[in-house]
Amino acid sequence: MEQFFAALTLSAGYNTALVCIGAALLGAASGAIGVFVLLRKRTLISDAVSHATLPGVALAFIIAQVYFDSGRSLPVLLFGAALSAGIGVLAVDWIKTHTRLTEDAAIGTVLSTFFAVGMVLLTIIQSMSIAGQAGLEGFLLGATSGMLKSEALTISVAAALVGLAVVLRMKEFSLLCFDESFAAACGYNVRWLDRTLLLLLLGIVVIGLKTVGLVLIIALAIIPPVAARFWTDRVPVLVAIAAGIGASGSYIGAALSASAPNMPTGGLIVLVLFSFFVVSLLISPVRGILAAALKHYRFQRIVHLRQGLLAIAHDEPVLEPLTRSILRRGGFMGGDGQPTVKGQSEARLIERDQKLWNLYREMHPEESHALADWSLKPIGEVLPADTVRVLEQELSPHVVRGGETSRGGAV
Amino acid sequence: MDIFLQFDLPSILLGSLAALACGLLGNFLVLRKQALMGDAISHVVLPGIVIGFLFTHETSSWAMMLGAGGAAIFAVLLIELIRRIGNVDPGAAMGVVFTTMFAAGVVILEQTGTAGVHLDVEHALYGNLESAIWLDAYSLSDLWNWQVLMTMPESIKQLFVVNMLVIMFIVLFFKELKISSFDPLLSASLGFSPKWLGLSLIVMVAIAAVAAFTAVGSILVIAMFICPAATARMLTDNLKVQLFISGIASLSAGLFGYLLAAFGPGLLGYEFSVSAAGMIAVVAGLQQVLAMLFAPQYGVVMRRRRQRAHASV
Repeated sequence: MEQFFAALTLSAGYNTALVCIGAALLGAASGAIGVFVLLRKRTLISDAVSHATLPGVALAFIIAQVYFDSGRSLPVLLFGAALSAGIGVLAVDWIKTHTRLTEDAAIGTVLSTFFAVGMVLLTIIQSMSIAGQAGLEGFLLGATSGMLKSEALTISVAAALVGLAVVLRMKEFSLLCFDESFAAACGYNVRWLDRTLLLLLLGIVVIGLKTVGLVLIIALAIIPPVAARFWTDRVPVLVAIAAGIGASGSYIGAALSASAPNMPTGGLIVLVLFSFFVVSLLISPVRGILAAALKHYRFQRIVHLRQGLLAIAHDEPVLEPLTRSILRRGGFMGGDGQPTVKGQSEARLIERDQKLWNLYREMHPEESHALADWSLKPIGEVLPADTVRVLEQELSPHVVRGGETSRGGAV
Repeated sequence: MDIFLQFDLPSILLGSLAALACGLLGNFLVLRKQALMGDAISHVVLPGIVIGFLFTHETSSWAMMLGAGGAAIFAVLLIELIRRIGNVDPGAAMGVVFTTMFAAGVVILEQTGTAGVHLDVEHALYGNLESAIWLDAYSLSDLWNWQVLMTMPESIKQLFVVNMLVIMFIVLFFKELKISSFDPLLSASLGFSPKWLGLSLIVMVAIAAVAAFTAVGSILVIAMFICPAATARMLTDNLKVQLFISGIASLSAGLFGYLLAAFGPGLLGYEFSVSAAGMIAVVAGLQQVLAMLFAPQYGVVMRRRRQRAHASV
């Protein structure tokens, strides 16, 4: 635990601090790019991208080792990864456009076959008996424990650059996601924009290979935007929240994994991110489960109260238990099941309100259909005053009323 | 001969049977545009397998199978829940669930110390095809000897049972699977719910995935699910023929993949051996590439040629 707080406050050694900062930058950049991938509904293409990096990594290792005797150089490996991931993306596109197979089959084919080629190459590397091949295993599930200072620096800088690129191209990407043909009409090259988006995604996947590993890196681009989606509908805010969730989740995950042995970095980062997602799902005020439950409860209360009061107004007995308890709690019904004086007067008001609403529906069937609050709120709170006055005159033409419109019930 | 029987044959059987069980079910996944469900399931079974392993402490046990099936159903329900409540794109919901469950599996595996003993993460990702050996076989006649046959590795027997289950499932529910894959609305109006059929298909997929898991690992299972079915889909429009072709493609991928891995480098004059599971998936992928290019009716090359002939007329 002490170790964890030490890592969290960047005081557990220079390397650990650098790794945590690198992870945070990576999380921020991938959260930001993930927003657009999510909005374009192309989430799972990142799965193909990440798995397609393996043959590139292995091949780059072999070539660098055989010709330059420096197989462990991270930039070389990452370049190989980017190259084969790029080929993978093109292959998905080709299968989708040129054969009768659908995109999901194309993604599955590319990710599994590329991964298989990578695996075959890895076993070749194993039997080549060269030193320094142990680092390659780390690309699968991510390992930050043995990371060099220069590697951590490379990752931080690259992640920051990708994040910056996303922020700079935010306007074009939003246009691409929401209205592709409008973007084209505005003179943007849609195909090129799409490619840029995928290229940035590819960049994130490649940079994150070392920290999170290729199996789980896509979680970094999926979970933060999905979690952020619960909080807002505006794109810039969405990007900011997703980047924040990605950054803090990756930071905490990396710190956790540095605090104890046998803690796989990638797995922990994903679990922390998922806990953020669950919290968003539960407590988000816009779309969260709690908010929805609360809204449902309020709606139920309003309907029951109204129906109960209407029943009182019509001198009908109220038998439904929930309605009875709501009426009693509001002081509209006594313990003996008889309406109180307050209940009687409130019932009259509601009855009149309901009559006005019914009249409104008769006179304007279309509009009342479109109204979500029909007969839920007092009519004066929903409709403009002059409409209500017309309705009231229609209902009781002999009674001339002053400026005051229907008060409605204090529901 | 006995070396072939003791070391090569069990591996070939394991690879081919794993490919067959997955390849047959893959047809329906591809037709229902659920190919990535195979991907998701092969990832989410990991925590189930690990927990099953923790209970029994032996690999290829039925407890692992049970855990994996449970994990698969849990994942499907969770995906559905997130999709409904969160109003999230299905692909994204799937991505959230399968990465998280896989991550949980990895963390449990590393934390409980089972890693490195019998089950480790590399094992889960790569599978271990070469570990299947059948030491009691000495001559070809042993293949007809029931007692010797029963000494086959446990994982092969298990895969054999799973293959029987898969074939029974497809034969019994062929009509229902066919209609619900092509026309879910018609299926619902005829009285068999596409939802339940879909769920039982997923459970079968999970069972096949776990049985194949020990042989080829979680990621190559995806190749087994998709490649043979996609190959067959390029070649025919008839579902029965497609099932048959995908079966042949799975078996040949298992056979030639293993042979290539075991003897290919030697033939080229190299010392090293390569991963057989990886090679099986590579062969499955190559078959698909060939089918996509040269399939008589839908192949890209053939279509181009027809177009050119059409244009010159």
